Amino acid sequence: MTISPDLDRRFREAAATLGLVDIGFDVVESPIGQLLVAASDRGIASIWFDPKPDEDLERLAQIAGPRVLRSPHTVDAARRELDEYFEGKRRQFDVALDLRALPPFTIAVLDELARVPYGRTTTYGALAERVGRPRAARAVGTVMNRNRIPIVLPCHRVVGATGDLAGYAGGLERKITLLELEGAR
Amino acid sequence: MMATVTIPPFERFYEEHRAGVLRLLRRRLGAERAEDAFQETFLRALRAYGRLEHGEHLRAWVLTIAQNVALDVLRRTRATDELIDAAAHDQSPAYAELAELTAGLGARERAAVVLRYGYDLSYEQIAAALDSTPDAARQAASTGVRRIRRRITS
Repeated sequence: MTISPDLDRRFREAAATLGLVDIGFDVVESPIGQLLVAASDRGIASIWFDPKPDEDLERLAQIAGPRVLRSPHTVDAARRELDEYFEGKRRQFDVALDLRALPPFTIAVLDELARVPYGRTTTYGALAERVGRPRAARAVGTVMNRNRIPIVLPCHRVVGATGDLAGYAGGLERKITLLELEGAR
Repeated sequence: MMATVTIPPFERFYEEHRAGVLRLLRRRLGAERAEDAFQETFLRALRAYGRLEHGEHLRAWVLTIAQNVALDVLRRTRATDELIDAAAHDQSPAYAELAELTAGLGARERAAVVLRYGYDLSYEQIAAALDSTPDAARQAASTGVRRIRRRITS
């Protein structure tokens, strides 16, 4: 017995509209590949490269609770802003973010990261200094590597002290594409 | 941090059971009425999902919700003849043992007894399945047991 796409869509829409979902997600197409975008009632909770249905559902449940449901509706705002960003029409994101379950140091670093302007780059050391932990460049690197909301929280704008690109959790090619899009390279 | 998650993410639960739920509802209600009932079933499940204490018997749980949604639909359309048949299509051994014993009970009492003693669900879970309260679920199970006992001993 197969469920008609229409019946399936109506259930997912109703669930999201009634606010019964802890965290809703959908796959969003982008110039740097498919993104699994998830949002709760607090805002965007994650953007992951290369969606992996098996692991991603559990990871989403760990962020916000077991009521994880694919529902395009819940990520409409995020999708719109991402589309605009990739078209070069948006330089800053306005959607709210859900940073729950992250440790205070991580949140402090991500707060500073969010202030790095479009088209500019900074270094791990500079970010560490700005959160008052000048010797914590390596820890800042770890926060970048685990950033669960890349693109919106622009860890692609953080590079090594000598101007080298350093790393990117989504792969260096994506980092280069994003920096080129922003005219930073 | 969140507590360790012991129940599967809802998406996985939904994908696993939606075909079975729709099958049951079509059989009980016909293709057309089954669609609304399908949505209602999974919305009820979603409402109760965050309160589940473990991920066992999820199939029995969601099929019971579906049965109850079907009962509500039939009740609304006054097809009272079909009322008594709750959960009767489940092939589980636990249920099979109780099937005969509970045959004479009303739908709600029967569902409560089977879920409590056949599937070992808590009254809270049973309440969610029956769209009722834990107290009412306890009451229904205990009335059911009393009736069975009376019948066996008479």
